[in-house]
Amino acid sequence: MSHIVDLADPLVIAGRSFGSRLIVGTGKFGSFEVMREALDASGTEMVTVALRRVDLEATGGPDILEFVDGDRYLLLPNTSGAVDAEEAVRLARLARAAGLPSWIKLEVTPEPRYLLPDGAETLKAAERLVAEGFTVLPYINADPVLAKRLEEAGCATVMPLGSWIGSNQGIRTRDAVRIIVEQATVPVVVDAGLGAPSHAAEAMELGVDAVLVNTAIAVAGDPVEMARAFRLGVEAGRRAHLAGGAPAREEAQASSPLTGFLDRLHTSQADPAVTSP
Amino acid sequence: MNANGRTSRPASVPPVDRGFVPPEPDETFADALERLSFDGLLKEARTAGDERITRALAAPPLDRTLFDFAALLSPAAAGRLEELARASRRLTLARFGRTMRMYAPLYLSNECMTTCVYCGFARELPIARKTLTPQGTLDEARHLLRQGFRSILLLTGEHQRLTGVEFLEDRIRLLAREVPSLAIEVQVWSEEEYRRLRSAGCEGVVIYQETYHPDTYARVHVAGKKRRYEWRLLGPERAARAGMRRVGIGALLGLHDDWRYEAIAAAAHARFLMRRYWRTQVTVSVPRLRPSASGYQPRDPVGDRDLAQLVCALRLALPDAGIVISAREAPAIRDGLFQLGVTHTSAGSHTEPGGYTAPKEATEQFEVSDLRSPAEVAARLRELGYDPVWEDWSAVAPATEAMLAGGAGRR
Repeated sequence: MSHIVDLADPLVIAGRSFGSRLIVGTGKFGSFEVMREALDASGTEMVTVALRRVDLEATGGPDILEFVDGDRYLLLPNTSGAVDAEEAVRLARLARAAGLPSWIKLEVTPEPRYLLPDGAETLKAAERLVAEGFTVLPYINADPVLAKRLEEAGCATVMPLGSWIGSNQGIRTRDAVRIIVEQATVPVVVDAGLGAPSHAAEAMELGVDAVLVNTAIAVAGDPVEMARAFRLGVEAGRRAHLAGGAPAREEAQASSPLTGFLDRLHTSQADPAVTSP
Repeated sequence: MNANGRTSRPASVPPVDRGFVPPEPDETFADALERLSFDGLLKEARTAGDERITRALAAPPLDRTLFDFAALLSPAAAGRLEELARASRRLTLARFGRTMRMYAPLYLSNECMTTCVYCGFARELPIARKTLTPQGTLDEARHLLRQGFRSILLLTGEHQRLTGVEFLEDRIRLLAREVPSLAIEVQVWSEEEYRRLRSAGCEGVVIYQETYHPDTYARVHVAGKKRRYEWRLLGPERAARAGMRRVGIGALLGLHDDWRYEAIAAAAHARFLMRRYWRTQVTVSVPRLRPSASGYQPRDPVGDRDLAQLVCALRLALPDAGIVISAREAPAIRDGLFQLGVTHTSAGSHTEPGGYTAPKEATEQFEVSDLRSPAEVAARLRELGYDPVWEDWSAVAPATEAMLAGGAGRR
């Protein structure tokens, strides 16, 4: 029996291949040790770390980077906490000056409660960072036009939110994400709000290329087991997408088709008994 | 349109009273506080029944009204504290994760020209006064940095000449080179003065109203500039307009006899600030009055169960606000509250200027109850399943700027 699904199905971002389509965030864990175990269980190959929580000057004390194996995971520094383009650009430059990878997850969130991204400032920062040679992965609202603008600006992915950060509400932006996927020429990563492995599977079924999960794993009763569950959810959704899902039907199929009369008409025309001379 | 050129609500359609009235343009919190249905809210806080509490608990967090909040403060809700605690903990974990933001107070001076009857720094008290020199300030800050702190709250008494805005600007500039995040809890300033402090490197402002009850306020603030209730009440707004990233508010519990009154006013204040100043992170503190050189005793002290109920109710009504518990509280209650809804805490604190490097040379503002070291508190937090977060944001300091110019990095 032959498989329809190509098991060697890497995610490719900016020319680099990843075996896992699950990106994991490192915030909100109860300890660095639990975080490390959860990363391991998730099967991820890309891990995002808030620059504001990295001891860039290496002043001593426990540092999150000691718990993220740079040989095993691509370290994706993020600019969370930045409230405008200028702060985000400065953080990215600092990260690079400190020897971190020049990949940057761009987050510009001027509003501290829902941490919703500022599209205008994000675009401005993205243009500057791309020009400076960064590989830029911007966190955005599910705005298809902004996604195209960022793509044109040279971003390596677009990362629309499923619902607001930490809300665990799943993919409430489904219709807009579907348009982004349809129009994108760069990988689409659903970035926030996925609260359960079923949400991750749903996003992957929609055809997004990867998902990023943090809160749902970090605050689960057993973060390590939840990381494993997300891994399976992402794989299931991806396989379902590649397998080509059966289209959903709006209603049950009528047992007597509405166009059946046409067939009967055709048959009757062929019936010599009713054919007029 | 009214005289200000803004559209008013048609009189025929009264808005549904959710207890909290969103700010009209140009309206201050003093105006909003006047429009608050205080009587109805207090009645709810005193007499809410079981069914009302069930409704308040069942409401989606973002739909909770100030009346729901009041119901959660009620004596009947105290009987369901475990339920409140579970809901509060769940909400806190979802929004803030298993983390606790750590900060340390650094008292720059205990000189004071104001008389607050409850305060150990009050003007006429014969205490050992001290204002830190620049070097003394650096010594204290470096002590705290060595302990792991990256977020420092600077405090002074109220002295126009000795600890005025130039003094603060000077000390903030000095410290901003080494300390990632600085905030102040000092006398209140104008918007323009806050702007100056912001450009010097200060990111946060904490202003306790002490008491939101105007008569009590007048009773306990007997002399000095601090007597101006409304000037203080509007301080957080001026700080937010000046671009401060974080603004902290709170009432000193024990001044006014009814802690539920203070809670309702503080929650309304937080909601007002969050709605009007959408870029500002709002934190709410719930400090209880502590023994001090003033000898002041609360008439009706706020109990431990009351405090726990207040923390839970605040979280349930303000899902996104930071909630602060300082080292003024005892270890056992702190460790309990950490798990209910608190997001910010201090540890190993001294409330006298110079106290970290030369304890007790000057008189402290009040006695702290939790004498554990920062390392001990951090270890306890980890035991409880929380990650102590020392550095949550770094205003980029000159030292880090130097890295951009080609200095050595971490790897």
